[in-house]
Parts: sequence; structure tokens; C-alpha cells
Amino acid sequence: MIEVRGLCKEFGPKRVLSGIDLTVRQGESLCILGQSGTGKSVLLRCMLGLESPDSGEILWNGRPLGEDRGMFLGGFGMLFQGAALFDSLPVWKNVAFKLMQRMPAAKARGIAIDKLARVGLSADTADLMPAELSGGMAKRVGLARAIADDPEVIFFDEPTTGLDPIRARRINQLIHDIVQETGATAITITHDMETVRKVARRVLLLQDGAVAWSGLVGDMDAAPQMSEFLGKTGL
Amino acid sequence: MTPVRLIGRFALSLMGRIGALTLFVMRGLFGLRPFYPRVFLVQLVQIGWLSLPVVGLTALFTGAALALQIHSGGARFQAGDVVPAIVAIGMVRELGPVLGGLMVAARVASSIAAEIGTMKVTEQIDALVTLSTDPMRWLVTPRLWAAIVTVPCLVAVGDIVGIMGGWLIGTGSLGFNSTTYLSNSWAYLEYWDVVSGLIKGAFFGLIVAASGCWWGMKSGRGAEGVGRATKSAVVAAAIGILAANFVLTGLFFT
Repeated sequence: MIEVRGLCKEFGPKRVLSGIDLTVRQGESLCILGQSGTGKSVLLRCMLGLESPDSGEILWNGRPLGEDRGMFLGGFGMLFQGAALFDSLPVWKNVAFKLMQRMPAAKARGIAIDKLARVGLSADTADLMPAELSGGMAKRVGLARAIADDPEVIFFDEPTTGLDPIRARRINQLIHDIVQETGATAITITHDMETVRKVARRVLLLQDGAVAWSGLVGDMDAAPQMSEFLGKTGL
Repeated sequence: MTPVRLIGRFALSLMGRIGALTLFVMRGLFGLRPFYPRVFLVQLVQIGWLSLPVVGLTALFTGAALALQIHSGGARFQAGDVVPAIVAIGMVRELGPVLGGLMVAARVASSIAAEIGTMKVTEQIDALVTLSTDPMRWLVTPRLWAAIVTVPCLVAVGDIVGIMGGWLIGTGSLGFNSTTYLSNSWAYLEYWDVVSGLIKGAFFGLIVAASGCWWGMKSGRGAEGVGRATKSAVVAAAIGILAANFVLTGLFFT
């Protein structure tokens, strides 16, 4: 279970997060929604330990995130918005990056090829360089990397941004299936309502760095805060 | 704001940056665990092997030009015969390390800053962190040590090629006998001339790699940010090399 309590973050004079409280139970899929600049990505970066909050705390299974960052990151997987693949490494080494730190390269390569197959990419893809991949393929490789080490918690940062509707739908389906199969806790940052409806069980709406609404995905259409957001995004 | 306050603010900012850079270099140099030998080997090739042509050509033309200059200048006071010794000492003590260092700065500091800057902009450095890998250990440490190891080797090669450049001109157009030229080159060279140049090379390598890594890590967003980081890395490395050369020359030869 991940708990965020009273999280605040400022950049200079600008307050980006103001006292965020949220709880994500084991195996739950939460989507964090909000318009651009509402602090979604900063919240995610704080949860991953990439930013230090000014105040508040983040707990994973009751233990503060700052206690043993290496141990926490060992249980996390992350799909970045732009996939963030390492340009200098072939696809399989990108996927097996974490695995190669503790097992022989041949074994790690085998697991990487299995994970690539799980996201619908053939073994031929394994030796390509990231520059040779399309946007959709890069996202899938990023997804394979995120699940390579069978993490307990997977973070998805704008997983469908920059993809055409067909590829976006495929990525949403993959995320949904993988979360269901693995039973991992999933936290997704998005402003794509299709992703929310496909992936989430619970939704949290951020506005001006604070939680404006939180509830089950089935209740969001009735929530006035959500309808305002849906109206603004034209859906 | 008064001029005194401005100077004070500038001085504080400068001291803060020097302190941060020093800590950055210390962390990069001495935080060796885990060490990534394969990344280190790749950097040995990138920084050392692939810089050989540019350093070699620079040394060749510099040695040749130096021979011409010394011969024509020395002729004014009947000292044209000192060409081999002056070329050898000049190359080994000063021109080999400094010009080699500057060429490596142009080639390597820019490439390191652009590579790391692009990695930062495209979230690859964040990805490293989420994959339980310290970017300092993965990106900075191998580059710093590879530069410290390879730049003295490049300087040694540059010294030899520079002396051979002088020899080519000396024997080809200045009328020197080949054997006499080479024996005069060695006769006036001292052990410390060579070693001091190699030590300078190690310092210059550190300056080049540290500058590239530092500015890459500090890169701003977008293409403009990476471009600015690259430019700053090369300028800082070049100035750092010239300043360090002055200090080291003072330490070694006074």
C-alpha cells in the first residue's frame, strides 16, 4: 500500500503541490487526472524519489520512502512519457538493464525477449537500437522494461501521449491486461479519459496542486468537479 | 543595488559553484562502487582511441610549424641548430599537453555534455534512477577515470608525432641530417620534461571530463538547453586547461 500524507512542493515562489493526501491499496489501479501544470508529474516524481518534497511523507507498506530508496526502487517499475530508452543500448539491454545487475547477460536476455513478447514485440526487435523504433514500439519497449523485474508497483506517466488513437488503444489494453495478470499496484498519470476508463479502478483529480476529487471510476461522471474537467477537455 | 553588494553576490555565487563542482568531482572520482567496467572500456575507446587522429594531426602540424619558426627565429642570432632540442622540449613540456588537451576538450567535453544533456532532457537519467542505478556511478565515474587514463597516453603520442613533424621539416627542407636531428632531440630532453607533460595530461583529462559531465548534468530543457550546456562545457574546459597549465607549470618548473 502506498500512502501520501500532506505532501507539499514548491519551485521558487510557485507552490506546485499543496498538502496532497492519497492512499493506493495493494493491487489497486489509480489514475491521477488533471490539466497540464496541475502538479501530476511532480507528484509522480516525488513518489519515485526523483524530487524531494518540502513537507509531508510518502509511505510504502508503512515505511517512509526516504528510508531505503534502493530497496523501494527495486520494487517499482516506471513507464516514462517518452519511453526514455537508453540510446546507446539495444532494445534487449534496455529491457534487461535492471536484471543484468544481478544475473548473467544470457539469462537476462532470455527474460527480456519474453517480456518483449508479452508487449507484442517479436524477438527480432531485441537487437534493434531505440532510434530504429517507432513511437508506439518505443512505448512498448518502455512497458517491457517497466515490467521486466516483476515490480510490485508500476507507474505510468502519460502512457498514450504522442500516439495515434489505434496505438493508444493498444497500449491501454496492454496496461490493463498486465496489471490484471500481475496483480501489481498501478499509478497512472494521464489526461486521456480513454486511459482512465480502461485502466483505472479509482480516480484522483488534481487542480492547482490539490486534490479536487477522488473516487471510483464509475462515480466520476456524476461528480461536478469531474464533469467540469471532462467539459474542459471536450469529452 | 550597490557595486559592493553586486561584487559580494557574485563572489558568493562563484564560491558556491566552485564548492558544488568540487563535491561533484569528488563524488565522481571516489564513489567507485559499483564500478561498470564495460562502460569504462567504451569510454576509453570514445575518449582515447577516437581522439588519436585529431590529436596526432594537431601535434604533427604544430611540430612542423615550430621547427620552421625556431629555425627562422634562431637564424637571427646564429642559433638555427637548436631546432631539434627546442621542438622536443617545447612539444613535450608545453605544446603537446596543452594543444592535445584543448583538442580533446573540443571533441570530448562537447560530446559528453551533449550526450548527458540529451539524456537529462529525455528523462533517461531519471530512468537510470528508477532502475536502481546511480547516474554518477554509471555516467560520471567511468568518464572521469577514462579521461584521466587516456589523455596522458594521447599526450605521449602527440609528443612523439610532434617531434616527428619537426623531424620531417628539419630533414626535408631545413637541411638537417636525420640521425643528428633525432639524437639532438633526445640529448636535451630530461625525464622530468616528459613526466611533467604526462601529469599535466592527466589533470587536463580530468578537467575535460568533469566539465562535460557537470554541464551535461546541469543542462536546461530542450535543444537550446543542451546547446548551451555543450558550449559552456567546451569554454569551461578550455579555460580550465589554460589556467591549470599555468599553475602546474609554476609548480613543476619554478
